[in-house]
Amino acid sequence: MVSKNPKIVAFCCEESGMPAYEHAVSLGLDLPDGLKVVALPCGGKAETGYLMKALDEGADAVMVFACYEGNCKYVRGNIRAEKRVNYLRERLEKIGLSPEKIVFCPVAPASGQRFAELVQREVDTLLGA
Amino acid sequence: MIIAEQKPIEEILEMLAPHKKILLAGCGACVTVCQAGGEKEVGVLASQIRVARQEAGNPIEIIETTLTRQCEPEFMDEAKDLMNDVEAVLSIACGIGVQLMAQTFYDKPAYPGLNTSFLGFPEEHGVFTERCAACGNCVLHLTGGICPIARCSKSLLNGPCGGSQDGKCEISKDVDCAWQLIYDRLKALGKLENLAEIIPPKKWITSRDGGPRKIVREDLRI
Repeated sequence: MVSKNPKIVAFCCEESGMPAYEHAVSLGLDLPDGLKVVALPCGGKAETGYLMKALDEGADAVMVFACYEGNCKYVRGNIRAEKRVNYLRERLEKIGLSPEKIVFCPVAPASGQRFAELVQREVDTLLGA
Repeated sequence: MIIAEQKPIEEILEMLAPHKKILLAGCGACVTVCQAGGEKEVGVLASQIRVARQEAGNPIEIIETTLTRQCEPEFMDEAKDLMNDVEAVLSIACGIGVQLMAQTFYDKPAYPGLNTSFLGFPEEHGVFTERCAACGNCVLHLTGGICPIARCSKSLLNGPCGGSQDGKCEISKDVDCAWQLIYDRLKALGKLENLAEIIPPKKWITSRDGGPRKIVREDLRI
């Protein structure tokens, strides 16, 4: 059962997701209280173990914020992250959970607005809004 | 090395249904390399099982470990203390590891978390292909280092068959005809005359047809 303030763990690439998060904060945009941000050197560091562990330890959802395709500093980290997210989404479905509990979100560094919108959309999805 | 893949999670959950506390044991050898049963896979699977059982209102406690190897009795000691405290073990080693777990910890159920698939290698990252059928009577010296037993769909010793088309096997366009590969390799080695020799029928007694196999090395026994 998801509470009114869902716990969301956002794994953020330091090249895109983290700057986008910091941009959202600097703009004073609303971010949910239950949001926990984890910085990663690259989206490619979003290993399946980390993502599943977050759910295992009580997160209602996991979001991976990484670069758009073609923008990864390490060439393919974002593509690998998306593949891993899709792999885990399948695993969630197989145990009867919504795949929306793990989502991949490509963002640009200066897209605080989009970051906040994506997090809010995830909250709405979790709450069935 | 041994290539394996994880069993469907539904099957694993069904096996574990009667238990409240288990040991999930990975193996640091072959299944770590093929990323089916190493330390990382132990973590992901343990989390998935816990989340599934939590959602079902029937939580389970899982102790996670990865043995250096599950296929040698010496390494079973690594799990000895952990086994005292659990009802069962879910092993994500190959079938050898599961059986050694079952034999070592005789009073507790050992469940397989993987399907042991074949002997092969990673052709590229994430792609594993079969190379050896462990038939017990190697003919690679006759066939240019390409195994007709493991790689020909019919395990023909004198191929190819009529199903070979443009270098591919009739079972799938994605499967190379092993005998085309053998021909190409022998040609490259300047040994095409090997193909003129008929390989006699194989003695399958060294394979599974002879029953469970055993090798005894008196020089090594203590």
